[in-house]
Amino acid sequence: MNINATLIAQAIMFALFVWFCMSFVWPPIVGALAARQKLIADGLAAGDRGKHELELSAKKAAQGLRTAKEKASDIIAQAEKRAGEIVEEAKTNAKTEGDRIIAGAKAEIGQEVNRAKEGLRQQVSALAVAGAEKILRREIDAKAHAAMLTTIANEL
Amino acid sequence: MSSEAITSSEYIRHHLQNLTCSLQQGHFHCAHTAAEAKAMGFWAFNVDTLLVSFVLGTVFLFFFSRVAKSPAPGVPSGMQNFVEWVIEFIDNSVRGSFSAKNNLVAPLALTVFMWIFLMNFMDLIPIDWVPMLAAKLGVGHFKVVSTTDPNATFGMSISVFFIVLYYSIKMKGLGGFAAELTLQPFGKFGLPANIFLEGVNLIAKPVSLSLRLFGNMYAGEMIFILIAIMGGTWAGFTLVNATLFGSQILLSLGWGIFHILIITLQAFIFMTLTIVYLDMAHQEHH
Repeated sequence: MNINATLIAQAIMFALFVWFCMSFVWPPIVGALAARQKLIADGLAAGDRGKHELELSAKKAAQGLRTAKEKASDIIAQAEKRAGEIVEEAKTNAKTEGDRIIAGAKAEIGQEVNRAKEGLRQQVSALAVAGAEKILRREIDAKAHAAMLTTIANEL
Repeated sequence: MSSEAITSSEYIRHHLQNLTCSLQQGHFHCAHTAAEAKAMGFWAFNVDTLLVSFVLGTVFLFFFSRVAKSPAPGVPSGMQNFVEWVIEFIDNSVRGSFSAKNNLVAPLALTVFMWIFLMNFMDLIPIDWVPMLAAKLGVGHFKVVSTTDPNATFGMSISVFFIVLYYSIKMKGLGGFAAELTLQPFGKFGLPANIFLEGVNLIAKPVSLSLRLFGNMYAGEMIFILIAIMGGTWAGFTLVNATLFGSQILLSLGWGIFHILIITLQAFIFMTLTIVYLDMAHQEHH
């Protein structure tokens, strides 16, 4: 336990260790620690930002959905209205067309009736004339009675 | 005990002697007895202290600089994690006690803490292992705990003292530092008393710093030696011998566990006081 030159050697050794530590050990490790601290802080901030963005986009998506639903119901209502209109229009058109067809048919029927009547009238008068001719062959002048028969035929 | 032939006091004396060597008549010679070591005077070296403290300091710097060489800011490995944990602990201590800005203080504190801790840690190696190994290699004495050698503790504390003096003068100027020593606490009329008080105050710093560490480690080592003697008196299987042997095992376990606290605490105290003294050197007080 004597104090001897070990003291000086220890002091020099100590100084060298401190110098080495100060030059090559402390600064890089503290720098790395600071870098990691920044990395972690950045990561946390990014996480927060991501969360915030997620909330924002969820809100946006909900709003978009709502708008789309509104639009869809609008379109459906419009389509229903339009369909009603089309049905009404078709009904009206059909009715008009039907009426027209009925009128046409009626007119045609009338014409046919007239034509038939005319034919019948001709045949009846001819038949009457033939009958009368046969009856009157003997006694009546055909010429004098033709005018009278025509009058009768016209009255039919 | 290394041999049955030696007495308890010889055993203690053997354990408390450094491997002191000096250059005599052109060749290196190591002392065999305490008296011989004393006779070597100042120009002798405690080779064991130098060797152990150098190896431990190198181990400390090797591991820390290996981490420092690849400072990945990503997920740290185990070794890196440990080193960074120590560094953050030191950094917090420095931030807590040191208010000025000085790039030397934190690395100084780290070196002080780790070096002292490792040297103290040698106390936990079973007390006879290293000396017996040294004896096998033909070396008579080997004190493995460097901090039980006042040369080591004073070597550090005097270095710290000079750093404190350097920064005192650098920060306050030679005049300011002289004024601090002479003009307080009693004003300029109490100058002799001031010099005496502040001088004692100043000298007490390195002395207390080194003697506290030395005293604690020396006493701890001494208790380990005494515990080792208990089982060392073994002479045949008797109740007394068996009790002593069992006591040695239990006591060395207990004291060893307690000593883990002491070695850390002593390293921490030395470091904290170093920081505090340097902080005082940077501050204009009163």
